Amino acid sequence: MRRLLRRNPIVRELARSRIAQISAVITLAYVILAVLGPQLAPYDPTAMLTLPRQSPSAEHWFGTDEIGRDIFSRMLISARVAMTVGFVAVGIGLVVGGLMGVVAGFYQGWLDSVIMRIIDVLLAFPGILLALAVITFLGPGLVNTMIAIGIGGIPGYARLVRGEVLSLIERDHVTAARSLGANNMRLMAKHLFPLLVSSLLVYSTAQLARAILAEAGLSYLGLGVQPPDPSWGGMISSGQRFFLTAPYMAIYPGTAIMVLVFALNLLGDALRDALNPALRRSGG
Amino acid sequence: MLVFLVKRLAELIPVLFGVLLVTFAVTRFTPGDPAVFLAGEDADQALIEATRERLGLDRSIPTQFAFYVGNALQGDLGRSYSRNVPVTELIGRALVPTAKLAAIAMAITIFFGIPLGVVSAVRPDGPLDLAARVIALLGVSVPNFFFGLLLILLFSLQLGLLPSFGAGSWRHLILPGITLGTFSVGLIARLTRASMLDVLSQDYVRTARAKGLSGMTVVYKHGLRNAAIAIVTILGLNLGSLLSGSVLTEVVFAYPGIGRLVVDAIFDRDYALVQGTILVIALIYVLVNLLVDMLYAVVDPRIRVT
Repeated sequence: MRRLLRRNPIVRELARSRIAQISAVITLAYVILAVLGPQLAPYDPTAMLTLPRQSPSAEHWFGTDEIGRDIFSRMLISARVAMTVGFVAVGIGLVVGGLMGVVAGFYQGWLDSVIMRIIDVLLAFPGILLALAVITFLGPGLVNTMIAIGIGGIPGYARLVRGEVLSLIERDHVTAARSLGANNMRLMAKHLFPLLVSSLLVYSTAQLARAILAEAGLSYLGLGVQPPDPSWGGMISSGQRFFLTAPYMAIYPGTAIMVLVFALNLLGDALRDALNPALRRSGG
Repeated sequence: MLVFLVKRLAELIPVLFGVLLVTFAVTRFTPGDPAVFLAGEDADQALIEATRERLGLDRSIPTQFAFYVGNALQGDLGRSYSRNVPVTELIGRALVPTAKLAAIAMAITIFFGIPLGVVSAVRPDGPLDLAARVIALLGVSVPNFFFGLLLILLFSLQLGLLPSFGAGSWRHLILPGITLGTFSVGLIARLTRASMLDVLSQDYVRTARAKGLSGMTVVYKHGLRNAAIAIVTILGLNLGSLLSGSVLTEVVFAYPGIGRLVVDAIFDRDYALVQGTILVIALIYVLVNLLVDMLYAVVDPRIRVT
């Protein structure tokens, strides 16, 4: 098993990069905190326990918020919320956008034109605007936030996959498989998809960072995760009101987002370098 | 060139139609009856019916859409329910402050983002490169509303140097401008570095170095000039991230721009206003993209062929 892993060029490249290791460890730590959050949290994140806005202490490591809830517990549950929204939103973009891209690139012709026009329309709404339009339509809330951010991810995936498929389809091994009588489904699943995995992995890491930032932004605006459920964005929003007397209320969750997104971006860069040695040498 | 322009304009028509369809759908199929909302919850049936008729809500959906498109083409985006003024007037008032903010952010992006990327590319993996890359990565990783709050904490609350909210003087533009520009600085630095490295690895750059030109001449004359095409394109497209980023930035600084107008409209359930603002932002973005494409085609004739 070890030898198998070592022979994998990606693993080998990643093992060489200290930066990749550090960012992977940070990301993994967040994933573990997100999974175990409810078990680790010392208090109920929505319970009003004590006096409001207490400074950090032995009992409340990160202090208490504006109505006396334990900030540390709320941070842990927020990690879970951010991760869930991130992964589900990326999943929506990956599956829907990826399928649209494969179909467009593989069949080409009018199907390609129709799909790409739809993508162009989605691309006309920059960044968070598309999510805001979807939220207007669906209303705020955890599930709708995932859908809204997920839809925003569709065009990127569709374009990426379509471009890759268009270039891969000309390759000899695809022509060979086709002439041996492989049907379309088999071609896509066996001969195209495996070659897409690496670029999808790199892109998805960056997309996860984007989705987590978007969730924080929407929740900050009050259009994402709704109170009393905790979210880093929501905590920053309520902490803002006590910025002069209790700045930690906003600084803890803000730092948590920043470190996670930084690690994810770093990991994405490292993965890209590992998967594309040619790009690495030119430094891309 | 003319053929290229006509072709690009023709491609724009289905996109604009789609944008109109999306903005129409977003507000027409939202839960709740706009006529009841507008006339007031306790209005009598006759008033609700009259309102419905006045808004054209009693017609079929395709007819309503046709009216919406027709009015939009004539520059009529309806009336804001909550403020009782034409939507276009509100948007017009909010566009100028947002344009000012975007201009400052764009200037910051150019003055800091491009040099950061160039410094990075001159000696890849050197200490300067590592420092520049960390700064660029921080720029794209910090949530801009959080960064804005930190700036307020330092410059407004602690040092008392700059106002933390509102608009009016140039001093009101500094903190939100920096906040909005930070993400783009990081983005442009990363892309400048990548395209510079790409150009600097080309044969003609090696030739230039081989014939004894100084390092600086090679980097600026051969490197940056050739990387400029890619960078200019990205700067144009960057307007999208500025428009999108202005939503959060304007909310943090209570700045009266179009980003805050969208959010306020969503909270007020002022659907005509939501529809109008999102439509106008999408329009601006699509037109800027077209302009960038045209500029690109002027600078690089190879583009026109494809």
